[in-house]
Amino acid sequence: MARLAVTMALALAACGQPPAQATDGDAQAGRSLIARFDCGVCHTIPGIAGARGKVGPSLDGFAERAYIAGSLPNRPRVLMDWVRRAPEMAPNTAMPPFPFTDREALDVAAYLYTLR
Amino acid sequence: MSPHQQQSTLAAQGPAADAIATLWWVMLGASAVILLAVIGLITFAIAAPPERRRWLASSRIVIAGGIVFPVVILSTLLSWSLWATRGLVARPSAALRIEVVGEQWWWRVTYLDDTGRPSVVTANEIHVPVGVPVTLVLTTADVIHSFWVPSLAGKLDMIPGHENRMYLRADSRGVYRGQCAEYCGGAHALMAFYVVALPPEAFEDWLTAQARPAPEPADDFLRRGRELFLSTGCGACHTVRGTAATGVIGPDLTHVGSRTSLAAGILANNQGTLAGWIAAAQHIKPGNRMPSFNVVSGEELRAIAAWLESLR
Repeated sequence: MARLAVTMALALAACGQPPAQATDGDAQAGRSLIARFDCGVCHTIPGIAGARGKVGPSLDGFAERAYIAGSLPNRPRVLMDWVRRAPEMAPNTAMPPFPFTDREALDVAAYLYTLR
Repeated sequence: MSPHQQQSTLAAQGPAADAIATLWWVMLGASAVILLAVIGLITFAIAAPPERRRWLASSRIVIAGGIVFPVVILSTLLSWSLWATRGLVARPSAALRIEVVGEQWWWRVTYLDDTGRPSVVTANEIHVPVGVPVTLVLTTADVIHSFWVPSLAGKLDMIPGHENRMYLRADSRGVYRGQCAEYCGGAHALMAFYVVALPPEAFEDWLTAQARPAPEPADDFLRRGRELFLSTGCGACHTVRGTAATGVIGPDLTHVGSRTSLAAGILANNQGTLAGWIAAAQHIKPGNRMPSFNVVSGEELRAIAAWLESLR
């Protein structure tokens, strides 16, 4: 049993990256930004008052979503770019770019990764 | 300014709202004193020994407490309240005139010049100069609505076939929220607006800017947005001055990008909410006159939203 635990720890360390969904952002600050920008007009977002949008996908369980927009790996860096520059990454998307700073994009991502 | 200060009778920012706030506090105080006195007397009547409470049963006390006291107090409070709120119906001279029409479920706002002709048409947002009395001419295009911006003035109904006038003055700079206060159909609760009080010079600048036609698109993407707006038929209901869009059924969008909110005070105003509203207007505000326009591609939707946002 102990050997198994050590093996698994080594295996995880060998990946050389933090777990995919961890970010250093402030999830509460991200939540306020999501509310202020009314992202809920298009997305259903748990924890945001009135966010029952049906224009884009629901963000319920987003932390466990494998792909963003069905085409981009759901990794923190990718998500931060996505919320700021979606059209550059998927030209056909209906999602416009948003003027978030690096820090704000990180906070928004942090909140989205609390949605399990 | 916290949300409750934005929309609260108790956070008065003008003479009309001041009078109403004072009325509320005085009525509350007087009622509280009388309530406490009555509770005291009831307690005394129940708990005191019979020989000490017998005086309460005399007809003199019943007449004094049951007839004279209410008549005097209520008459005094009524007279005072009429005097305290006399400013609500006074008619200040040389006021700026703004016509506000309630529609299901938004507000059409028209600024009138000195000759009574429309100078600027906008929607869901009323800019006023700080310290200057303003006359609001209130009417409705359909059912009864009620115009209420609690931090600045009392409620006044908008009645079919009738013109009501409200006089208000904002004493400090700020953004005040108002809403329809008379049930007017399914989306009644989604019919809000903002009053933006600016220093007089800033107000004049705003009015001048609003009177201009829409700015020319700054790049090809915005130009495409304008073309799509026109080719999709948005101009059948909306006016954008300076373009072929001259519809009058919905709000004038000439400077929609400059507004505080979208869809009558219910959404933030950015490219995302513009796109979302265009695509899902019926989901966001069921029953309103705008169909959900999910008929263009995602990219085209973004182009239209980006162009509208650029109309500042």
